[in-house]
Amino acid sequence: MKYQHKQIAKSKLKSRALKDKAIRVLVVLLSVVTISPIVLIIFKLIEKGYKQISLDFILKTPPNSYEAMTALANGELIPGGIANGITGTLLMMVVAAVMAIPVGVVTGIYLYENPGKFMANLTRNISDILQGVPSIVLGLIAYIWVVKGITNGYSALAGSVSLAIMMLPMIVRSTEETLKMIPVTIKEAALALGVPYYKVILKVLIPTGFSGLLTGILLGISRVLGETAPLMLTALGSTIINLNITKPTSAVPLLIWEFYNDPNMVGLIWSSSLLLMAIVLSLNLISKQIAARTK
Amino acid sequence: MNDNIKQIKDPVLSIRNLSVSYDKGKYAVKDVSVDIKRNSVTAIMGPSGCGKSTLLRAINRMHELYENIETTGTLILNGKDIKNMPTIQLRRMAGMVFQRPNPFPTMSIYDNVIAGYKLNGISLKRSEKDEIVERSLRDVTLWDEVKDTLYKKGTFLSGGQQQRLCIARALAFDPEVILLDEPTSALDPIATAKIEDLLVTLKENYTIILVTHNMSQAARISDYSLFMYLGELVEYGKTNDMFTKPRDRRTEEYLTGKFG
Ligand SMILES: Nc1ncnc2c1ncn2[C@@H]1O[C@H](COP(=O)(O)OP(=O)(O)OP(=O)(O)O)[C@@H](O)[C@H]1O
Ligand SMILES: [Mg+2]
Repeated sequence: MKYQHKQIAKSKLKSRALKDKAIRVLVVLLSVVTISPIVLIIFKLIEKGYKQISLDFILKTPPNSYEAMTALANGELIPGGIANGITGTLLMMVVAAVMAIPVGVVTGIYLYENPGKFMANLTRNISDILQGVPSIVLGLIAYIWVVKGITNGYSALAGSVSLAIMMLPMIVRSTEETLKMIPVTIKEAALALGVPYYKVILKVLIPTGFSGLLTGILLGISRVLGETAPLMLTALGSTIINLNITKPTSAVPLLIWEFYNDPNMVGLIWSSSLLLMAIVLSLNLISKQIAARTK
Repeated sequence: MNDNIKQIKDPVLSIRNLSVSYDKGKYAVKDVSVDIKRNSVTAIMGPSGCGKSTLLRAINRMHELYENIETTGTLILNGKDIKNMPTIQLRRMAGMVFQRPNPFPTMSIYDNVIAGYKLNGISLKRSEKDEIVERSLRDVTLWDEVKDTLYKKGTFLSGGQQQRLCIARALAFDPEVILLDEPTSALDPIATAKIEDLLVTLKENYTIILVTHNMSQAARISDYSLFMYLGELVEYGKTNDMFTKPRDRRTEEYLTGKFG
């Protein structure tokens, strides 16, 4: 009897170990499935794009189609670069951030300060809905408001407005979540020193949650960095470097789309994508780093 | 009750008919009247939820930050009605120390001590700052431990050191009274003993009001004790008297561990 008992226990243990192993293999397999797209993407971009990457690629504007064709016919690399796209993307990002960060942070503070209030709940829900609005629709709105209404033509400002609306909900949410994580006792410590409420927010809560806020902002920026559709309706594109926000402006994703449509230039899509991807990845890594360091 | 109130001459704080409710009609503190003696340690005792923290936080008008809380009654601090004091003045006079040490995580030890000045935008000369920091840290016996690391973050200190830093932060304002809400409940026995010793020395220059769950702590360091039950002040008197011959049955039951 006793012996038999042991046997059963042993076989049970064995089957459990087997199950354990199977699950572990499954988990590893699924993680590989999850990470393989990103690895494959990066690999492909590097493979197809690295040849075009040079200092010129960052400092010069694209060649015209004829120049590109000549280079191709001579078996040379396509000359020029995407400086107009890089500066345009930077310009629109900065302007979008300048618009979205103050509004987003203040709204986030408002939501944190008034939990459960009707207006706060309404704002939170609307912000969530905004996050789900297709980017092309935001492009249309910016077209009506800014292209038609303010700059009388396609402009970097219009592009920035559409991107800012897109960033806004992310900044609102991350601000609220960051502030919620700060212990109430820190806030009360400041209040108990007689510090007026607005100063508690400015001088205690925001500095304490600063890295969280920054992480949210960087993630918001990296999310809209590659947006193309709304920019087609707003910034339009430009063959030259433009730093005037009321004028049409290029952007890296817009250039990728233009290159794709020109058989002579299509060779530039890979290096452009590689650059865009590198910027997005670095922003992500930086924000992760900031978040990790403050935990 | 009334004889007790009258025993104290020139009280630093007189509380009259103080009631506090979180929800309308439900009182966390009910009609409490009491005088607090200058340069003494007064302990507020009672079972959990009896209103100790609520009473303490009424003294520096912490409740006014929350819309749902209603406070009635009069509190006279150093001869002045606290209702009519500017918030900053009241909170300078009545410093507060919380249950969990809460130094500002973004600030150095040095800046934590003078946080009250910094955050309120009160500018001081460098020499004045240095003097306040050293004096406050000496007062809480932390100076020797941190004088070489003044510019490190306050959050790197041990729990007990952090709590002494928080007391120093309150002392930097040279307050009249120091309000402490279970300041040692998150600390180990050694750190607790240090804080207790500290409070006894501090009463030479300040008045200490201490909420504590710990009866032996109240017995060790307090001169006066207040026993609360369900929001009411049940008994108030010299700590010695209360522990040896409590007048109220509820006090006696609490002190002998029958409830709470
Ligand atoms: N923010 C609040 N909102 C609603 N009710 C509250 C709030 N804070 C405290 N109360 C209630 O008020 C009463 C007194 O609470 P208080 O915190 O003053 O008790 P306490 O004696 O300090 O208790 P403890 O020893 O557990 O700290 C309790 O019944 C509690 O539930
Ligand atoms: Mg309490």
